[in-house]
Amino acid sequence: MTKQIRQLDRVVIRFAGDSGDGMQLTGDRFTSETAQLGNDISTLPNFPAEIRAPAGTLPGVSSFQVHFADYDILTPGDSPHVLVAMNPAALKANLADLPRGADIIVNTDEFTKRNLAKVGYQTSPLDDDSLAGYVVHPVALTSMTVGALTELQVSKKDAERSKNMFALGLLSWMYSRPYESTLRFLERKFAARPELVAANVAAFRAGWNFGETTEDFAVRYEVKPAKMRPGTYRNITGNAALSLGLVAAGVRSGLPVFLGAYPITPASDILHELSKHKRFGVLTMQAEDEIAAVGAALGASYGGALGVTTTSGPGVALKSETISLAVALELPLVIVDVQRAGPSTGMPTKTEQADLNMALYGRHGEAPVAVIAPKSPSDCFFAALEAARIALTYRTPVILLSDNYVANGSEPWLLPDVESLPDLRVEFATEPNGDDGTTFLPYLRDPETLARPWAIPGTAGLEHRIGGLEKADKTGDISYDPANHDFMVRTRAARIETIPVPDIEVEDPDGDARVLVLGWGSTYGPIGAACRGVRQRGLSIAQAHLRHLAPMPANLGEVLRSYDKVVIPEMNLGQLAHVIRARYLVDAISYNQVRGLPFTAAELETTLEEVLKNV
Amino acid sequence: MSEPVALKLTAKDFKSDQEVRWCPGCGDYAILAAIQQFMPELNIPRERTVFVSGIGCSSRFPYYMNTYGMHSIHGRAPAIATGLSVSRPDLSVWVVTGDGDALSIGGNHLIHALRRNVNLKILLFNNRIYGLTKGQYSPTSEVGKVTKSTPAGSADAPFNPLSLALGAEASFVGRTIDSDRKHLQSVLRAAAEHEGSAFVEIYQNCNIFNDGAFEQLKDPSTRDDYLIRLEHGQPITFGADGQFCVVHPPGAFGLEVRETSSVRPEEIVVHDATVTDPAYAFALSRLPGLDLRNTPIGVFRSVDRPSYDRVVQDQLAAAKATVTETPEQQLAGLLGSGDTWTIL
Repeated sequence: MTKQIRQLDRVVIRFAGDSGDGMQLTGDRFTSETAQLGNDISTLPNFPAEIRAPAGTLPGVSSFQVHFADYDILTPGDSPHVLVAMNPAALKANLADLPRGADIIVNTDEFTKRNLAKVGYQTSPLDDDSLAGYVVHPVALTSMTVGALTELQVSKKDAERSKNMFALGLLSWMYSRPYESTLRFLERKFAARPELVAANVAAFRAGWNFGETTEDFAVRYEVKPAKMRPGTYRNITGNAALSLGLVAAGVRSGLPVFLGAYPITPASDILHELSKHKRFGVLTMQAEDEIAAVGAALGASYGGALGVTTTSGPGVALKSETISLAVALELPLVIVDVQRAGPSTGMPTKTEQADLNMALYGRHGEAPVAVIAPKSPSDCFFAALEAARIALTYRTPVILLSDNYVANGSEPWLLPDVESLPDLRVEFATEPNGDDGTTFLPYLRDPETLARPWAIPGTAGLEHRIGGLEKADKTGDISYDPANHDFMVRTRAARIETIPVPDIEVEDPDGDARVLVLGWGSTYGPIGAACRGVRQRGLSIAQAHLRHLAPMPANLGEVLRSYDKVVIPEMNLGQLAHVIRARYLVDAISYNQVRGLPFTAAELETTLEEVLKNV
Repeated sequence: MSEPVALKLTAKDFKSDQEVRWCPGCGDYAILAAIQQFMPELNIPRERTVFVSGIGCSSRFPYYMNTYGMHSIHGRAPAIATGLSVSRPDLSVWVVTGDGDALSIGGNHLIHALRRNVNLKILLFNNRIYGLTKGQYSPTSEVGKVTKSTPAGSADAPFNPLSLALGAEASFVGRTIDSDRKHLQSVLRAAAEHEGSAFVEIYQNCNIFNDGAFEQLKDPSTRDDYLIRLEHGQPITFGADGQFCVVHPPGAFGLEVRETSSVRPEEIVVHDATVTDPAYAFALSRLPGLDLRNTPIGVFRSVDRPSYDRVVQDQLAAAKATVTETPEQQLAGLLGSGDTWTIL
């Protein structure tokens, strides 16, 4: 039968199931198919910290949300238009996020008495009228998958496990997605087990064909490609982009990249990714602890490598003493903090921006470092390059503040031309720099950058000793001289404060806004979407986003003071707002949420409208 | 490869211009002098030699060596040196540490450097006391040690540094004494020649806070009866007249000391530092009593095991050998890998 095709401008789909159901993979594949089609995309994975929480329970629910559109979008969407619920737990955990009228595709095979009881359903929501406001599509996903695979030589367990591909096939049909890349992916993934390739492909096709034949799905949808800048794209997560940025920093500096890391959620993927790139001379070391990880990175920097360590908040706390040593030694070091909800173990797979204070201030003594935060998944690539540039040019530790939202979220990325990437080449010291022509002064600074010479072991004639004890200006000898210490402390501060960073740009299409929204890091998307919403209602609002948090852009104070009100939304209790008030004496309005989830555009929009009413 | 050129370095070349500031009479002076005198023997250019230390009296060591050096933070020298060594296999990297630095705050890094077999020469100056912080007991102080922080005597049992290193399966383990320059240099020589981690405990006297801690091993009237000088391939006998020996009694777990006259010559253990099972060297490390009797010095263990540095560098070399493009071309390929699409 021929089905009706309806055009949509955007769709938000959430795949939800048990953490063993393969929902992340399903979402990933759907995203990839969608990217191939040329839609703009933004994704939000949401999964428990437990690898396999008890099956069928609410804590075990894992979900993946994908938002795609025929125009440029900024967030993974506030609420899904479609929920795929692989079991009762997935339905229960996600129902509250659905607007009335949303489509719900449920795997009826899992709606057994036992599974319903596990999540506290007395009766099946499929049988009572509790889902009356939604469009429910009951599909016997598991049994239909098993049925489709009877001819194949696979165990019942493997057949059942292919049900996520059935769901993917069905959704791919519903939204007219090109599926060739998924078939190729399955061939690669299960190359060692051809029977699983056959099973997954058959399940995918069965799902697709089911959509085409069943009358339950009367409408098929299309979302046309978005108008995007010409070029070659790939879909990329923040952690992947950050890893590639570090590889690129190695190539563009000509230095080996050394990563010292200890496994920690949500940063481990960077270690995994970089360990694959030995062809670039990238050396990775899984250290015995967080302290050793940063120590080894600093040791490698001392030897002339680009030393990098990747971690999350608890790891930065442990590394703090070594970061202070790097401040004293004045050596390049990149510290990546993929923030997660704290304090302590907190919620390791949930997002937060609460490490800003630690990045800016969390060390003993006056120990300033540069701090940068990427604003989106693909920006992680450029932020990593920028962190490397500052570290190498100014011989300083740089903290790169990513977070779980940008790290695991994804978006299309217009691939940059390699030659257009910044030139990060450095010059090591090779000759004595003292007036007498024979002495080497390890703390004689470049007058412009205030950086000291980087004289690496192996350079004859420049043998010298460095350490954590205060050093005399120029000679680097141990010094307890009061005036020298005062000078060195001020010089280390000035070295960071005078790093040139781009001016902050303000987006105010109407040109008459009196309220400015200032954000930093991963809130860029939700704030941008909220500002669009406000403007669509005919109101003016300006948006500015901080990428450099230390030092801050030179024009920031002037920009802030030119608005009647400044609103600072943050996924913490107002850490940036505190800094802004202290530095610029601007009475900023702090808007905060710490729910482990990104802001929704809708709630930000409401907040901004409230502020606008009172201007 | 061409023959190495004799560098004709002397002890003076390894002395930095910094004034040495240990307490007068400190054992560290003797160790520093012995090492400065020994370094030229290695024929390694000064610029390729790096000393990395942690915190403590001994950790001031790098300032006095005219090589590259880093005085880092408490306990972390092995970690920092690991990053340097593994990324710069052309360097000769030495770690100088003390009993508090290596075994208390830095215990984790020490055992992991040893199990990885990083190409580091780790010199642990053991004086059984915290000197720089003015006299608290250390993780090698004897039980019951009365110090500023333990007026009623320390309650915790000490580490035996060599037993600990052997438990981590260190590939080279030795012990020597600050005041015996010849012996100290012989152990350093063996350590320097070893590929992988070489762990050397140096008994060092702190004349201010723990004076005479190793006196029985130094006093000419007692030392011969207390010290067991290990020589690879030689039967282990000691005492002024060789009156004691080491045997492995049938049915016993470890080694024991006997009077030489009471055993048959073939029962005396012949020292073999190359025994793969660390249990043998461990048994040697257990011989000394609380009174320091039966203290072996020399090379306990020296076995061949690939260094971490070598394995990692081999992996890098193998990966790089497959490269045919420029780094920029490689990078362009990497950025464009996976599922891409093009918008015209």
